[in-house]
Amino acid sequence: MMRTLSLELFHICSVDGGYTRSLRNQFPKQRNPPLPIPVLKKRKRLRFTHSSFICSATLAVMPDEKKKVFDVESAASLVKELRGSFNAGKTKSYEWRIAQLKGIEKMIDEREKDIIEALHEDLSKPELEAFVSEVSMSKGACKLALKELGHWMKPEKAKTSMTTYPSSAEIVSEPLGVVLVISTWNYPFLLSIDPVIGAIAAGNAVVLKPSEIAPAISTLLSKLLEEYLDNSSIRVVEGAVAETTALLEQKWDKIFYTGSPRVGRIVMAAAAKHLTPVTLELGGKCPVVVDSNVNLQVAVRRIIAGKWACNNGQACIAPDYVITTKDFAPKLIDVLRHELEEFFGKNPIESEDMSRIVSVQHFKRLTRLLDEDEVSDKIIIGGQRDENQLKIAPTILVDVPEDTEIMKEEIFGPLLPILTVENLEESFDVINSKSKPLAAYLFSENKQLQKDFVNNISSGGMLINDTILHLTVSSLPFGGVGESGMGSYHGKFSFDTFSHKKAVLYRGFTGESPARYPPYTPGKLKLLKTLTSGNIVSILLALLGFSKD
Amino acid sequence: MFILQVGTLSKSVNLALSSLKDWMSSRKAKLPIAAFPSTAEVFPEPLGLVLIISSWNLPFGLSLEPVIGAIAAGNAVVLKPSELAPASSSLLAKTIPTYLDKKAVKVIEGGVAIGEHLLCCKWDKIFFTGNARVGRIVMTAAANYLTPVTLELGGKCPAIFDSFSSSWDKEMVIKRVLGGKFGTCAGQACIAIDYILVQEGFAPTLLELLRNMTKKMFGENPRETQSMARIINKQHFLRLKNLLDDPSVQSSIVHGGGMDEDNLFIEPTILMNPPLKASIMTDEIFGPLLPIITLKKIEDSIEFINSRPKALAIYVFTKNETLKRRIISETSSGSVTFNDAIIQYAADTIPFGGVGESGFGRYHGKFSFDTFTHEKAILRRSLLTEFWFRFPPWNDFKLALTKSAYSFDYFGFLLVLLGLKKNS
Repeated sequence: MMRTLSLELFHICSVDGGYTRSLRNQFPKQRNPPLPIPVLKKRKRLRFTHSSFICSATLAVMPDEKKKVFDVESAASLVKELRGSFNAGKTKSYEWRIAQLKGIEKMIDEREKDIIEALHEDLSKPELEAFVSEVSMSKGACKLALKELGHWMKPEKAKTSMTTYPSSAEIVSEPLGVVLVISTWNYPFLLSIDPVIGAIAAGNAVVLKPSEIAPAISTLLSKLLEEYLDNSSIRVVEGAVAETTALLEQKWDKIFYTGSPRVGRIVMAAAAKHLTPVTLELGGKCPVVVDSNVNLQVAVRRIIAGKWACNNGQACIAPDYVITTKDFAPKLIDVLRHELEEFFGKNPIESEDMSRIVSVQHFKRLTRLLDEDEVSDKIIIGGQRDENQLKIAPTILVDVPEDTEIMKEEIFGPLLPILTVENLEESFDVINSKSKPLAAYLFSENKQLQKDFVNNISSGGMLINDTILHLTVSSLPFGGVGESGMGSYHGKFSFDTFSHKKAVLYRGFTGESPARYPPYTPGKLKLLKTLTSGNIVSILLALLGFSKD
Repeated sequence: MFILQVGTLSKSVNLALSSLKDWMSSRKAKLPIAAFPSTAEVFPEPLGLVLIISSWNLPFGLSLEPVIGAIAAGNAVVLKPSELAPASSSLLAKTIPTYLDKKAVKVIEGGVAIGEHLLCCKWDKIFFTGNARVGRIVMTAAANYLTPVTLELGGKCPAIFDSFSSSWDKEMVIKRVLGGKFGTCAGQACIAIDYILVQEGFAPTLLELLRNMTKKMFGENPRETQSMARIINKQHFLRLKNLLDDPSVQSSIVHGGGMDEDNLFIEPTILMNPPLKASIMTDEIFGPLLPIITLKKIEDSIEFINSRPKALAIYVFTKNETLKRRIISETSSGSVTFNDAIIQYAADTIPFGGVGESGFGRYHGKFSFDTFTHEKAILRRSLLTEFWFRFPPWNDFKLALTKSAYSFDYFGFLLVLLGLKKNS
C-alpha cells in the first residue's frame, strides 16, 4: 500500500526536472548556492531543466555512494533523537522558546537578501511580493509570538459550578511532543516558518520537511535553521517522495501539512495508524462574486492583486473563478483589461512583476486546461504562453462549461474563468455545488447580499470587498473546512494548534455529598437530582429534607 | 450512574439552552489601526452532517452528550449507539424520533457491519467514543473524505496516592477512590481509576482503608447489595477472568477475587504489586480489579507514568503543593484531577478529551458546541480607502512604503512618503 501511496504522492508534488534534478534532491548539501541576482533590474533568461516523469522505482536504483539516503531507519532514529530531547525537557521552558524565536527573527533580519534571492530562483518571485508575502509575514508571526508567548503559556482559569463544588479549575497548555511540519512550494519560506514558529512557541521539538519543488528555499532553510536554531530539537529533512514516506511512517505527536487534498488524504491515513492529530491546510476553488453596485476599479484592482500579483495565481487563497451577472460582465471585463495593462504592461509575459509558473509539469498542466475543447474558444484576454520562461499571460475566459477540467480542478495559475448568471443569488448554488473552498470573496455594497453570503456559503474564511488579506490578520484563524482542510493557525491559533489543552481540576476536602456513594437509596437519588439541576432553591430544600417529588 | 448519565445530561442540555444564543453569535477579532476601516469576526457555522459512534459503558451519556453539542452547533446528526448495550440502544432508537426532528436526527442501530457501512460514507465530522483499535479504523476511513474526527479513547488512568495524616481527609479520599473505581460502572469507564501508585511505607495503611471502606460501601456480600454494576457481557467477563488467571497475578490478590459467571458479576478485587509485564498492568483493565503498585518514593510515580502511553486522566490524592505542580508540568494526560476522581466529567467549563493514545479533540459545555462547529474567519473591507502601493508595477518607493506599513512603522511610513527615507 505504501508503494502505491508513494507513487500517488510523487505524481502530485513530483520532482521537477529529470535525472539531474532527482539526483540533486538526493544530495542536497552539494548543491551550489544560488548566484546573486540583481534585484529590480532586467533579468537574464532563466535556466531550467526539462522534465519527464520518473517513477519511484527508478529513483531507488540510482547510485548514492556519496550521501546516505534518508530512509525509514534514518527517520526512526531522527524521531528517537528528538523525542529524547523533548523528554529531557529541553523545549518546554519559556527561555528556550524565546531563544529559538529570537533566533528565527535574527535569521530573517540578517538573511533577508538570501531569502528573497532564493524565492526569485525558485519562482521568479518579484522582490516586493517576496518581501510582503513571505519575509514580512514570517517576521510578523515571529514578533507576535515573542510578544505574546508569556501570555499564551499562562494557564487559563476556568469557572466551576455547583456540580463540582468545592473546586477550582484551570486549562493548562502543554506541548504535544515531537511534531512534523510538511510545507509546500508556492510560499515555500512562509509556509515552512509560520507553522514552525507555532510549534516552537508551544514548546515542541520540530522536524520540517520543505517542498523539493522549491529547491533553493529548501536548501536555504536547511542551512539557516541549522545555523540559527537548536539542532537537538529542530531539524530539516530535505527530499521528495521517499523521504516524506519515511517520515510519515513514524509516530509523531502532531502532523501539520500544507498542500493538496489528494496528498492530505495520504497524510491523514498515515497519521491514523498512530492516532496522530493532524492539521491540513489544503486548497480549493475560491470563488469571487462581483456585484454591479461596487466601485469597479477598486474591486478589479483587488482581484488582480489577489490573483496575478500573488505568485501568479499559484496560491491556495487566490481567486479561482469569478461569478457576475450577464449584464455586468462586459463592464467587468473592460476594467479588467485596462487594469491588467496598468499593472503588467502591454506584454505581461515580459513583466518582471509577475512570478513564473513553478515547473514545467505545472506549466503543462495549465496549458492543458486552456487547450481543452470548449475552453480554448472562451478565452477573451490573454492566453499567450512562453514555455522557455515558464510564463503564461493573465488569461480571462467567459462562460466555460461546468464539466471542463478548468471548472472542476483547482486552477492554481493565471487563468481566471468568469461565469455569468441571471441574478447574483444564483451564484450561491454554483458555489455550493462545488466542495467547500479555503476562501470565498464577495464584492458588493448590498448589506443583505453580504449577510446571505455569510450565512449560506461555507468556506475556510471569507472576505467582503477584497481578496486574500484575511491571511494577514493574526487575530483570525486561518484554515479550511471540508475538502479545503481541517484545523487552523496564525497568531495564537498557531500556538493552540500545537498544544494540548490539559484540564486540571482541584477538589477540596470540605463539603461532600454522601449521596455520591453506595449504598444507594431513593433519598440520595433525590438529592443528586437537585444538585445537578443547579437550582439553588431546590438544593437547599433537598438538603433540608424537603423535595418536590 | 445518575451522576454520570442522566444528571450530567440534563445539566448539559440546560447549559446549551441558556447559552446557545451566545455561542452562536460572531466573535469580533482585533485589527491593527493600519487596517481601519476594516472589521473582522469569527462566525461559527455548522459542519453539516455528523456521525456519532457511541460506546456501551455509559450508553446514554456517551450518546446524548455529543448529540447535544452537534445539535447546538446546527448540524444534522446520525447516532450509532453500541450494540453491546442493546436495551439502551433500542430505547434511544425508539425515543429520539418521538422527541426530536426525524428529518435531521436519526439513530442507526447495529454492530460492526453497520458501523463499517456508515464509515464508507462521506461525513462532515465523525465523533467516536471507544477503544484505540477501532479509533484507528475510524480515522483511516475518515481520511478518505478528509473528514475531521474527535476520538475519545481510553487508557490506564493512574491514581497517585500520597500519604494523609488526618482521618477526615483519609476517609474522604478513600471514598472518592472507591467511587472512582468500583462505583463507576464497576470500573468499566474510560476515566475509571485503573491502578494506584503509592509509596511502599503507606501501602499497608492504604490497603486497610480500602478494604474497610469497600465493605462499608458495597456490603459484606457485594453480589447481593446491587450497589455495583455487572460486567457488560460474557466476552468481557472472560477477558477480565483471563487477566487474573496468570498465577503470578492470582497470588497478588489481597481482597475479593470472587466471580459469578452466570450473573456476570466480579466482586471488588484489590491486588498488591502484580507483575508489571502482566496483561493486567499493560492493558486497560476496564473492570473491578484494582492493582496497587508500590514505589520507593511517591515522586517516582512521574517516571512510572511517563514510561507508559498518555492516559485520559491522572488522579492525584495529595496535599503536597510541590507534587501537584510537578505532576502538572512533568506528565501529560487528557486531564489531571486532584483529590477526586471521575468528577471532572461533570464539569462543563473544562474540556474533556484525551491526548496521544487516549485520543484527540474534546467536548462538554461550550467545547461540545465548538467541536461540531467550523469557525469561519470573516474580514470586511471598505471600497473607499486603499493602500495603492499594494499593486504592481513595483518600484523602490512602493517597496519602502510597504516595508514601513507592514512593520506598523507609521513614522517611518511618513518619512518615506515625504521623500525623507529611502529603501535600504
